Amino acid sequence: MAASEIFMITPNPVLSGLIWFVVIVIALFVARTHAHMGIRAISRVLHNAMRLSANSVMHAEKTLIQRNRDVLMAQGREAAERIVEREFERVDATVRRDLAEYPALHRLLSEEITQIDEDYKKSTEVPPTPPAWVKAVEAVAKIPTGKGDPMVGNVLEDIHQSLIKANTKATEEYRKSSHERHELLKNMMPHWRKVKQILGQVDKNINSLLARSVTIDRHMDEYESIVKGTDKSERMLSSSSLTQFFISGLVLAIAIGGAMINFHLIARPMSEMVGGTNQIMGFQINTIAAMVIILVEMAMGIFLMESLRITRLFPIIGALNDKTRIRMVWAFFSMLFFLACVEAGLAFMREILMEEDAAINALLTDSQGAGVTGSSYLWITTAAQMGMGFILPFALMFVAIPLESFVHSMRTVLGVVGVTALRGLAWLLRLVGNVSRFIGLTLIHIYDLIIFAPLWIEKLVKNKNKDEETTSEYEPDKTVNIRGIAQ
Amino acid sequence: MKIIRTLLIISISVLIVTGCSRESVPNTRGVYMLMDTSGTYTKELKQAQKVINFILATLNPGDTFAVARVDTGSFSEKDIVAKVNFDDRPSMANRQKREFRDTIDKFVKNVKGSSYTDITGGMLQAVEYLNEAGAGYNTILIFSDLKEELREGYVRDIPLQLSGYSVVALNVTKLRSDNIDPREYMDRLADWEKKVQSGGGQWRVVNDLARLEGIFSK
Repeated sequence: MAASEIFMITPNPVLSGLIWFVVIVIALFVARTHAHMGIRAISRVLHNAMRLSANSVMHAEKTLIQRNRDVLMAQGREAAERIVEREFERVDATVRRDLAEYPALHRLLSEEITQIDEDYKKSTEVPPTPPAWVKAVEAVAKIPTGKGDPMVGNVLEDIHQSLIKANTKATEEYRKSSHERHELLKNMMPHWRKVKQILGQVDKNINSLLARSVTIDRHMDEYESIVKGTDKSERMLSSSSLTQFFISGLVLAIAIGGAMINFHLIARPMSEMVGGTNQIMGFQINTIAAMVIILVEMAMGIFLMESLRITRLFPIIGALNDKTRIRMVWAFFSMLFFLACVEAGLAFMREILMEEDAAINALLTDSQGAGVTGSSYLWITTAAQMGMGFILPFALMFVAIPLESFVHSMRTVLGVVGVTALRGLAWLLRLVGNVSRFIGLTLIHIYDLIIFAPLWIEKLVKNKNKDEETTSEYEPDKTVNIRGIAQ
Repeated sequence: MKIIRTLLIISISVLIVTGCSRESVPNTRGVYMLMDTSGTYTKELKQAQKVINFILATLNPGDTFAVARVDTGSFSEKDIVAKVNFDDRPSMANRQKREFRDTIDKFVKNVKGSSYTDITGGMLQAVEYLNEAGAGYNTILIFSDLKEELREGYVRDIPLQLSGYSVVALNVTKLRSDNIDPREYMDRLADWEKKVQSGGGQWRVVNDLARLEGIFSK
């Protein structure tokens, strides 16, 4: 029986529709209470399930936040320890370099000061002592004599002459000794200057140490703040991680560009070694070989940087004893050097192949002149390609530094992204829960709207019978609904 | 360390999944060129030489190339003038190209015209040869006026199996009779197109030899 035959109770479709409507409305009216309960139950189940899920997601978000914080603090602590360690190494180097020479410096300074002291003593000015016989002259001069006694006059004249002579001699000696003292003072100048220079050097060294100590103090403050786990340090580390992530990402992108150039440089000549038509997993074998060489170079570079303790991606390498580590440095460097030489050779081979291609194309297209014209300048491109082939592996070696920053900062960034995603998911679940609850309420209202006629009749009948308990049948639902909204 | 390990596992998985999902179709090309050497068409062989040189310049290591003449009975390996499967190494492939070119030059100098034109036999031979070569993309080039003339007794009413083949007619010159009634020319082209397409192949005509770049377009 077709659906249209079931529908057509009477020949008139409008009448049939009307009958069906009445039947359905009556059926809905009869089933009203159970239908309301069912709709409400479904909406509550959905709402509660979503709320529980949201709570669970929020709990996961909190756990993730705590985990992110722990990781961030651990990374920050490690970085701060590393910086402080480096600062102490520098202080140690300064102390070893400058203060190890301090005894020699002290001896030099003492010698200079002794020399200055001796010179100073020598330069002390001693007033010339008057001749001893001056007192005798005074006694002779006091002898009472008569006026015009020529003998006394002669004696005094002789004494006078002797005095002038003695005075002249004393003056000359004094001048001579003064000159010597001046010479001594003059000779003291370079000693003073040297002392000043030595003291300046000592001052500089001490100031350098003081500056280092200030830097260490600052880093130690940061370290203490990180150890205490303050919010400020967390914000600082988080911001630093994001900056590191973007900067290292940019540098890595540049390195990838370099690796691609390197790849194009060696991919074609590799076909001379491994063939250019065989494929592995849809990729030509020569491209795979070129890629493998570049990746091996990068790996060697990373290990070399690790062995030099510039990066700390592999703690096992950093923990090796110095002798083994230095052996590894040489081993990695040798391999890198060998690969760089291979690349330079491949770059040369590429140029030869290109020239050969140009020659064969010129031959086949009857334009022999085209390949010969620029041949005098070909050495420039050949040299450039060989140079790039040799240098790029060493340049790619430094990719280890941004890679380390990228890996470390990526943990933080992924954590932040994860927290945001969980927060968004929790919000979505809550939204779906609330929407399902309100959809339930709306469905109840729509249900009642469809059967408004029997409800209205029921209300009239109940009003007539003044049955107050049942007249408010609609009210409890409303109360429940309002309560439901308030939740 | 965990992050590095995770990234490594993800990248290897992606590589394996993407690699395995690809079909292992060889990336090489197989080209078989039929040169009509019947009657007056031998004059056009200089043009054919240019086409061959162009194809040689276009092909890469690993590709297959063969040139065969179309004469009275072309379903024969003896009609293959030169054939080569280019070496994987580019330097070796270039050497093979030079040798191939020399062989064709010698052939063009000493070629003698044939009385009949067995294009269908040549195509059957081409399909057989290229199937054996196992290249990824196969192309049959027909350098002819497409006027087939079979000797009495030769049966060529055979359906061609050209699925996955691209057939390109080159330098389809107009005959004197075509000028009188162009419908003959158009019917000839239409017949060949129908024949190729019914065999599952793709059909194209390139008469302007200055636009040879399009002959390998898929």
